[in-house]
Amino acid sequence: MKDQPYLDTSPEVSDEIRKPTCYMCACRCGINVHVKNNKVSYIEGNKDHPVNKGVLCAKGSAGIMQINAPSRLNSPLKRVGPRGSGEFEEITWEEALNLATTWLKPIREKYPEKLAFFTGRDQSQSFTSFWAQNFGTPNYAAHGGFCSVNMAAAGIYTMGGAFWEFGQPDWEHTKLFMLFGVAEDHDSNPIKMGIGKLKARGARIIGINPIRTGYSAVADDWVGITPGTDGLFIMSLIHLLLKAGKIDLAYLSQFTNAPVLVDNDTGLLLKDKNNKELVIDQKSGKLVTYDTKNISPSLTASYKGHQTVFYHMIDKYLSDEFSPESVSERTGIKAGKIRAIATEIARVAFEESFEIAEPWTDFRGKKHETMIARPVSFHAMRGISAHSNGFQTCRALHVLQIILGTVEVPGGFRFKPPYPKPSSIHPKPHCKVTPGAPLDGPHLGFVHGPEDLCLKQDGSPARIDKAFTWENPMSAHGLMHMVISNAHAGDPYKIDTLFMYMANMSWNSSMNTKGVIKMLTDTTDSGDYVIPHIIYSDAYSSEMVAYADLILPDTTYLERHDCISLLDRPICEADAVADSIRWPVIKPDRDVRGFQSVLCDLGARLKLPGFIDDDGNAKFKDYADYIVNHERKPGIGPLAGWRSKSDTGKGPPNQKQLELYIKNGGFWTKHVPKNARYYKPWNLGYQNWAVETGLYNSPQPYLFSLYVEPMRKFQLAAMGHGKQQPPEHLRERILTSMDPLPIWYPPFEETVTDNDEFTLHALTQRPMAMYHSWGTQNAWLRQIHGVNPLYVPSKLMKSHSLKDGDWVRLTSIHGTITVPVAEMAALNEHTVWTWNAIGKRRGTWALDKNAPEATKGFLLNHLIHELLPSKGDGLRWSNSDPITGQAAWFDLKVKLEKVKPPSSSEPVFQEIKSPVEPGPNIILQGQS
Amino acid sequence: MTTLPEKTERKLGLVIDLDTCVGCHACVVSCKGWNTENYGAPLADVDAYGKNPVGTFLNRIHSYEVIPEEGTPQLVHFPKSCLHCEDAPCVTVCPTGASYKRYEDGIVLVNESDCIGCGLCAWACPYGAREMDSVEKVMKKCTLCVDRIYNENLEPDDQIPACVRTCPAGARHFGDFNDPESQVSKLVTERGGIDLMPEQETKPVNKYLPPRPKDTLEEIDILAPLLKPVAEKPDTFIGWLNKQLDKI
Repeated sequence: MKDQPYLDTSPEVSDEIRKPTCYMCACRCGINVHVKNNKVSYIEGNKDHPVNKGVLCAKGSAGIMQINAPSRLNSPLKRVGPRGSGEFEEITWEEALNLATTWLKPIREKYPEKLAFFTGRDQSQSFTSFWAQNFGTPNYAAHGGFCSVNMAAAGIYTMGGAFWEFGQPDWEHTKLFMLFGVAEDHDSNPIKMGIGKLKARGARIIGINPIRTGYSAVADDWVGITPGTDGLFIMSLIHLLLKAGKIDLAYLSQFTNAPVLVDNDTGLLLKDKNNKELVIDQKSGKLVTYDTKNISPSLTASYKGHQTVFYHMIDKYLSDEFSPESVSERTGIKAGKIRAIATEIARVAFEESFEIAEPWTDFRGKKHETMIARPVSFHAMRGISAHSNGFQTCRALHVLQIILGTVEVPGGFRFKPPYPKPSSIHPKPHCKVTPGAPLDGPHLGFVHGPEDLCLKQDGSPARIDKAFTWENPMSAHGLMHMVISNAHAGDPYKIDTLFMYMANMSWNSSMNTKGVIKMLTDTTDSGDYVIPHIIYSDAYSSEMVAYADLILPDTTYLERHDCISLLDRPICEADAVADSIRWPVIKPDRDVRGFQSVLCDLGARLKLPGFIDDDGNAKFKDYADYIVNHERKPGIGPLAGWRSKSDTGKGPPNQKQLELYIKNGGFWTKHVPKNARYYKPWNLGYQNWAVETGLYNSPQPYLFSLYVEPMRKFQLAAMGHGKQQPPEHLRERILTSMDPLPIWYPPFEETVTDNDEFTLHALTQRPMAMYHSWGTQNAWLRQIHGVNPLYVPSKLMKSHSLKDGDWVRLTSIHGTITVPVAEMAALNEHTVWTWNAIGKRRGTWALDKNAPEATKGFLLNHLIHELLPSKGDGLRWSNSDPITGQAAWFDLKVKLEKVKPPSSSEPVFQEIKSPVEPGPNIILQGQS
Repeated sequence: MTTLPEKTERKLGLVIDLDTCVGCHACVVSCKGWNTENYGAPLADVDAYGKNPVGTFLNRIHSYEVIPEEGTPQLVHFPKSCLHCEDAPCVTVCPTGASYKRYEDGIVLVNESDCIGCGLCAWACPYGAREMDSVEKVMKKCTLCVDRIYNENLEPDDQIPACVRTCPAGARHFGDFNDPESQVSKLVTERGGIDLMPEQETKPVNKYLPPRPKDTLEEIDILAPLLKPVAEKPDTFIGWLNKQLDKI
């Protein structure tokens, strides 16, 4: 026997660990970047970070291949061939910024609205929107409109916060967790960590999803619901729980607008002269404002014929139309299963309840000795959101949570500061354009009635995407998916320059990809492009690059300053407020600049007020300078950490702020006091702490809105009341869709499609190991997900004589694609699906033209149109939720037929000339 | 022919919880990142941006559909790496002694300087847990992060395999199976940990926790006691409600 060889078990790991924030998806985990010889050698999770506590997903761990990616752009580019050809010349930054200034300056002086600035998967929206506001264009939004605005808006209007960035399940205490339509990528690490905790203690997880992968694969029970029917299923649960009296009456009475009286004539809420909602006090029988001290608001009392919100709810949801038998066929869920789930919810919520001995005081001054658990929690995401009935479905889910009393109590759903925040204290949208001057306020916000819509004097839409119009009044995130289509159609008007960031609009970020490509390249009779100028910023050679006239190459996330701000989409946890930074842990090896720093420079060149000092010179050297020195209000800036000695979150700019963040591992956090951990919207302990921390100007207690009164205001307008009147063709739709209590209606595409012909639903989701397009070029991740077959349920495989690797033609009312299939049994039997954004166009992302992403990969986007089919009325009806404008990606209906294998998935697009060199054949990462 | 130690001082290995693994591939990539930089030659990626990218990985996840005779189909994510078997056929088959099992902790390693790349060990392994690096032509396998678990340059709680440290769902556990009080030993007892393919008689050290029974919520007919209606119609419901409210 030989001796064992000598082994050094304590090798040096790296020269240094630097701790910025990940950007491999929108999760924003803390990372330890190991640096060896000034190069990144290894990335792992940061153990102290509030988001991921040391763990890291596949994407985050593969960040190193994103830095080394051959698809990285090298320098500013100016288009020299026709759009789409990929013919560019490299130019200097000075030339690039001059060119952009030459295009943008005259627009700003004469008609700022002719700039449309949309920033895609931007994580600096409070900054980019500030830039757009200073420019003066009303045309700004990020990607929320085509992602999950239904979820965000329904949550905020209903209860002052929604899932993901606004809140999370009480992972420590929940005993039953229900996930609705959560694709594998949302919200990457925290959900997995939470599921791990539940699994460790054997708590039950129920997955409601047509597809059993990812989280639904580990769920104890799987409900393979038919897409677009979640609202019906949820309302059936509400029906059963109400009918059985399994609801939290004390919670409904104290903390929601269930006891508020509804005016019998108008359907508006009864209010006093200070605009406060009125209730009847159970004890005195008197009509009083909801916040009167020592009252018990009555759920059943009436006043001069005006009944409570709760009365109207009973009337609606006890109806047999929501009985399990009535919804079973449509939802694809057996009535007995719906009953079993309702029983389990009722059992856990009320029989497994417990109390935490933590005294707290509510906004009426009432002292509570304990915090009462309702240990049932819910989480949902795009699966229920990306439908044309998504807003009402998301609302229904919140109503279910609220009648159970599971929001902001132990074991239920918890808000993350700066939420809760009632919809009434959010900004309203602003759209008043003054040439040469800033816009009159923030672009995006929450409307509370027709008077808040973004309409011009003549009633036409003020914004290019028609956000905040009668077509979609509550479009809180804008409608990025309509920008190019509307700009091309000149409806509501033409624009001059389209300026985009991190949005792959000529590929996976658009519906109707082929149509969008045509719009981007379409010319007028005089031979000019219909959209005259396109500026695009991206770090990589994406499909969109070829369609821009000027490319501003971005750095990667490890080479720039950035902040994850409380003014934006924060990274807080339920028990702590937190923000964080990115900082250049390595230097870029090429002529690229962080987009936000470029905007500071461009803002100064354009003399935008927020970007120049009193002498007209650039106010901010770069984005880092802005992060430290910009103040939104005195004492409130992009970062809340290290602004004052007592660490309140408020205070004057501190020039050492970034240094202190870096020293602390890239983040700042401040914990919520113990007595403020639950009941946040009503808990004086929390309210006062939130004021002290700069989250509110003053305490903001409010009632949850089971009944959303602003929706009723739109209904009233549709009925002919008020000065602001909708166009005739929209009256009926507004009246039906804007019900102030959640309703269900079939997804729009089903109402214009022959459902006997197009029998199947088609969905996409992103895998856990890849985010949008960015993963596809990643040498490690593409080995995990290099192809995306169409997954077809077993029954259908059999009936079409299909086997894995066969090809089908998939057709919708809009288009046809030809794609490879794979069988999947754990799938709703009327649903097919595929991974999103794996398919790539030849010539992009520095991939070989025979890469499987290009030969076998595909997009469902070709089958989905941004408009519904023409109704013959000469109008363009968008394929969006009628309330929020959310893109209805998941309404898609299709049919399939077996075909002979083509040489490549179809449609086939012409190869684009790559602006970058092809990648190396062999990677030996770590070779010394 | 290389011999195996009769007994090792410690028996280090992994417990992988198949009830919890969501199949996210975090462990796969974290493993790749650590091991391409550390023990032995880098883990090459060939045709990295081409038609058929093939890289060396020491840990991979396979996903299997399980279709019961009756009931709902399931999807099980199955992470697989070297199981550091007590009777490791990959060691005994090695003609140069490059493949060995450590006395002190039972970790199975390949001494790359002695490996001739003959591939016999990969043939012998019933689990397919070894991969030949196509550039270096040496056999690659899980080292249980032997260069992390004793590494004094790492903080004590980082002295665990990269895959365990990174797993977001906490589905991977590392420890000494010789110690009945270790977390891994306890998990195996409590959750009925199993050997992979015991019939191969390799005595794998790594254990898998099987998925818990799924879809056990049984359908309930109209007589569900907890859902017994308090009223059928809105007006009688209000009557019930008033009685309840008096109690609050």
